[in-house]
Amino acid sequence: MINERTCQCTTEPMQPMATGDRAILPKGAKTIPIYVMGKKYDVPETLTIMKAMEYAGFKFIRGAGCRGGICGACPTVYRKEGDYKLHFGLACQTVVEPNMYLAQIPFYPANRATYDIETIEPTAEAIYALYPELFRCVACNNCTKACPMGVQVLDYISALKQGDVAKAAQLSFDCIQCGLCASRCMGELPQYHIAQLARRLYGKYIQPRAEHLQKRVAEIEAGKYDKMLDDLTTMGKDQLEKLYKEREREPDMAPPGTWMPKDTQYL
Amino acid sequence: MKISYYPGCTLKSKAKNLEEAAIASLAALGVEVEELPRWNCCGAVHSLADDDLIHYVAPVRDLVRAMQQGSQKLVTLCSMCYNTLARANLIMRDDEVKRKTINDFMTEEPDYHGEVEVVHFLNLIRDEVGWDKVREKVKAPLTGMKIAPYYGCTLLRPRSVAIEPPESQELFRDFLTALGATPVEFAGSSVCCGSYQILASPEASKDIAGKIIAWATKAGADALALSCPLCEFNLGKKQPELIETGRIPGAVPTYYFTQLLAIALGLGDDLHRLDLNTECSLELLKSKKCLTA
Repeated sequence: MINERTCQCTTEPMQPMATGDRAILPKGAKTIPIYVMGKKYDVPETLTIMKAMEYAGFKFIRGAGCRGGICGACPTVYRKEGDYKLHFGLACQTVVEPNMYLAQIPFYPANRATYDIETIEPTAEAIYALYPELFRCVACNNCTKACPMGVQVLDYISALKQGDVAKAAQLSFDCIQCGLCASRCMGELPQYHIAQLARRLYGKYIQPRAEHLQKRVAEIEAGKYDKMLDDLTTMGKDQLEKLYKEREREPDMAPPGTWMPKDTQYL
Repeated sequence: MKISYYPGCTLKSKAKNLEEAAIASLAALGVEVEELPRWNCCGAVHSLADDDLIHYVAPVRDLVRAMQQGSQKLVTLCSMCYNTLARANLIMRDDEVKRKTINDFMTEEPDYHGEVEVVHFLNLIRDEVGWDKVREKVKAPLTGMKIAPYYGCTLLRPRSVAIEPPESQELFRDFLTALGATPVEFAGSSVCCGSYQILASPEASKDIAGKIIAWATKAGADALALSCPLCEFNLGKKQPELIETGRIPGAVPTYYFTQLLAIALGLGDDLHRLDLNTECSLELLKSKKCLTA
């Protein structure tokens, strides 16, 4: 196998291309023009918008976070040459294309209400009281079109108008709070903050509690696992290794629910 | 023929007694409707500004959903939703310029040209079931119940979307008659309840609400039959204030027309949801021995 791979590599030399966050361009690698805030930069193709901007010399002090598409810090609005349509994405996830016109929207000054989660009523009315602008929605759907996570934003706003907090919480579950929805809203709704409140109410007051989890927490608090942990943390390396090697392990292909360890005292 | 059902926001929150009785009644009458899987607020009030096209986007999106569901008709209960949806539908069917602008704006939806017909629940019952069949299905006739049918504004205005010719006012009367009740004709049946003026001019709104109720009782009615959550708010929920300010002498029962249907069809009390009506509304039905369940 290894020989075969080596062989392929030598007979078909790799095209020079920029990958990852490589700052020095390999000889012969292709670059493409992009426009950041109206200024043209030639950047290696295959980079994400964020890495391309860093390649071009920008330094992110804010407006970058996890770089893994989940923190919502790097929302980007862009347009492609020759088309009026605006596109939306995350700079850390979207790969550059030739003649992209880019703008970062790292923050949006959307209204965020203050409330005490301990005293607030878990009702749609409580949400209406904090965010009366909810009823300025005209169902234009620009929010949904702007969402880089594919969340049905209009649908969760509609669910709230219908009094359904649980549905709004579920529909907005993938929201990463980037704020692009609010940036496009003609009713000036802060959709993402409203949805976060809905999820908080759902999680704290509406969602059924997991009974097995409560039972397990009670067991932990009662000290069921204290001795085992104390033993492990004071054990010598050799003994620890032995224990690890001799551990019971579920067979890889065991059908779900069929395997049970011999030692069940901690289940 | 497939029929979509558009509930409306208020029916899912404050007016469950309007919706749940209706859905149960349709099943009892053998009419199949399918609730839209996705829908948004209808826009609640048709915009009168000629160039205010953005306010047609909400109802048109719902009409598109019905078309996508493969339906020829979209039935709705709330008067306000009916009016808003029906008027937006006419614009999409008849106004070429506005239709194009709206379709061009809603690029994410298929083009809509008024393919779906918007119908009110009362028309659906009349046309799909018929009063004779309703009468046959009635198990607990509302005998002795003298009820004033209240249309409010939006079921009869404008004429282009009126559920019947505004001057005839037979639909509600025939409906109540089929249920075994005695309809009471009265002067205020299509006078506005005060509508959203309850917020901007509450005193003026309460004045007219008091008059409507007084006209109905003076004509001999025991109760009012309503079709709109906003009318129910002004004519029902606001009654304690109307009594307190001397606008009406005492509480008058109010029912959604769908509740009267469910009661007459003998459906269980968990379906007609009288628990959401005023105390006197339940008492009247009890005293007339109209409640079987």
